Amino acid sequence: MLFPPTKSNQPPVRVVITGAGIVTALGAGWRVNADGFRAGRTAFRPVTLFDVARQRSKIAAEVDLPDSLPRNALLDKTVNRLDRAMRMLLLAAHEAWTQAGWQPAEGIPVILGTTSGGMSLGQDYLRQALECPQSHRGQPTRVMHYQAQRQALDLCNAFNFHGPITIIANACASGANAIGHAWELVRYGRAPAVLTGGYDALCQLTFAGFDSLQALSPTPCRPFDTRRDGLSLGEGAAILTLEALDHARQRGAEILGEIIGYAATTDTHHLTQPHPQGDAAFAAMSLACERATINPDQVDYVNAHGTATPQNDSTEAAAINRWAGPRAATLQVSSSKASVGHLLGAAGAVEAVVTLMTLREQWLPPEILFSQPDPACAFQIVRAPTESPVRVALSNSFGFGGANATLVLRRWS
Amino acid sequence: MSRVLVNGIGAVSPAGWGVAALRDAVAGGEPWPTQTVARPGWKEPMLLRRVPSPSPRPDFLAHARLRRSSAIAQYTVAAAMEALGEEAVRVQSGAVRLGIVVCVMAGCVAYSRRFYEETLKDPATASPLLFPETVFNAPASHLAALLNATGPSYTLVGDDSTVLQGLALGADWLLTGQVDGCVIVGAEETDWIEADAMRLFQRDSIHGDGAGALYLKTGNKSEGPPATAELACVTDSFLFTQRQDRATAARRMCAQLPARDRNELLCASAHGHRIHDRAEADAWQDWPGARVAVRKILGEAFSAAAAWQCVLACDALRRDHFAAANVSVVGANLQAIGARFTPPTD
Repeated sequence: MLFPPTKSNQPPVRVVITGAGIVTALGAGWRVNADGFRAGRTAFRPVTLFDVARQRSKIAAEVDLPDSLPRNALLDKTVNRLDRAMRMLLLAAHEAWTQAGWQPAEGIPVILGTTSGGMSLGQDYLRQALECPQSHRGQPTRVMHYQAQRQALDLCNAFNFHGPITIIANACASGANAIGHAWELVRYGRAPAVLTGGYDALCQLTFAGFDSLQALSPTPCRPFDTRRDGLSLGEGAAILTLEALDHARQRGAEILGEIIGYAATTDTHHLTQPHPQGDAAFAAMSLACERATINPDQVDYVNAHGTATPQNDSTEAAAINRWAGPRAATLQVSSSKASVGHLLGAAGAVEAVVTLMTLREQWLPPEILFSQPDPACAFQIVRAPTESPVRVALSNSFGFGGANATLVLRRWS
Repeated sequence: MSRVLVNGIGAVSPAGWGVAALRDAVAGGEPWPTQTVARPGWKEPMLLRRVPSPSPRPDFLAHARLRRSSAIAQYTVAAAMEALGEEAVRVQSGAVRLGIVVCVMAGCVAYSRRFYEETLKDPATASPLLFPETVFNAPASHLAALLNATGPSYTLVGDDSTVLQGLALGADWLLTGQVDGCVIVGAEETDWIEADAMRLFQRDSIHGDGAGALYLKTGNKSEGPPATAELACVTDSFLFTQRQDRATAARRMCAQLPARDRNELLCASAHGHRIHDRAEADAWQDWPGARVAVRKILGEAFSAAAAWQCVLACDALRRDHFAAANVSVVGANLQAIGARFTPPTD
């Protein structure tokens, strides 16, 4: 039963990560991404997926998808219908699933975050409906496969496991919310293991949308730089396998890291603009740390949301300053968007994996293009490849609609 | 373990704004009148069942955040406000930590279609006013702003059955002490593109729109309005996968609900399409009690319709003295889930 829970009133359990998969414009897989983020590599290039001639920005961090997908249980006809977003999701999930060593089973919950699912198929549907209104050719397939739940079902079919499936669409916090919700399910004993993460592919609708808001930079984004002038879009997917510590130990799984805190709050200031003082962001960071029973002095690194829009970064800076207090002066902060852009519904998940990388490999991901610190930042921006001990790290994700989420991760040792 | 009570219900439907209009329409038993909408490129219009304009217009629709909002956002807010009732004031004052769960299938489809049409004409002039309202969580955001609710708010995307997952999620937030109350909303809006897409699969079905809402609190909270019903259970999710078809999923869902008798009510998800409805009809063929199918009357409104089913179940417990009310949702393309409500006990 989804309700009432079979295990209630039990003390929360520790939640560990046993598998991680990642696809970004830096490449597919942990190693190529770890090397890229560690070096501060940037992956922006002219957009090729759709026409951007009439847009202010003409760059994005596009993923080079491999020609074939890893072996899976999907029917061939289904594989042929998979869109770009689903292919990235499948690649990331395969890496995480394989690393975790999970076997097909009923009752493994899937919790995914996305903003647009298979929107490129939805776009194709509307285009054909307008241009060839009498033709239905291909339209049923587009309707079915543009829906996010169809992609999650395909994921279950690919690895032969049965959900339940939960898809959280909280704009750019979706991926972090998905992981956080998965953490809560395991933590409170609702499930011993959960597959979770986020995914989003570039599509014309969202590109034109952010361009219409004049939120896109014509050059690679520079989070927290005083000369920042907007965000850069990217695409990708990241998946984590979360397990109760005892469950992971019983089956001898390698533990990659631990999630020790999460909080979700809502900024009611405006649909697209955060409260100038970052009240909800501050609340998310504070509450997540409270649940993790840590204080800012114990945090070594913050993977910021850092979109590089003037307003977002100012707000996040205010929130981090307020949360960190005196600790801010030496606190290391950077935004992964400087390397791979804003991945929207995938951002929180990809950034959680990058944060996990810093904990596993003890380095900090730099912002190579960063040059002039915004005086609003009381903290340190990581500007060059840096080896550093990292024991506890935060990952922030904030989105349209005031969706705010913070994850707290700890090094496993 | 604390019990989870339904402390308020709300609805917006083609029958009107409020639970009473929904109840009366279902009691009438006749398919609701349809409206037409032009479909570009076609001579014949499409049929829809749309929510009428509210009369009188609720004061909260004058809120700045709702001025340019989509229809689905207005339905979401209206249903939630009815469910919350006087509790809304306590939420706004900060006395109640509110969780928000909004469930959608198509979501903000009207503004999304309009924005992308503008993009196809000229991306450089597509409206920045439309784009923010296209995100799935815009309705939840507007509701949170109206209520000054700064706690957790999730927008869940899935088929119509996801509303029942939303109930389980909200109940869990209550049981783990993360919120003092939680409003769960299922909402949809109509647009020609949505009706066009539905027609590909169910030619004779008529798309409808609106919202339904339930306000949940735990049983040990003495403050607030009296409970309408108790959430007894939400079944497991039975997915439609390569290994499990709709019929099997529906049967397993049905089997997981407690034993039934003739004094209980079944709120079914059938909407009058023979093939689509078959799995649910077979699963419940031995049902001995009363049965209502709101979609046959008000149209296929996906998440909104699933929420109406729950609203009607709770309303019936309050008014008609059923021993229990069961909700069956054999969804459009994801899963079968059921829920059971019982009268609140002291």
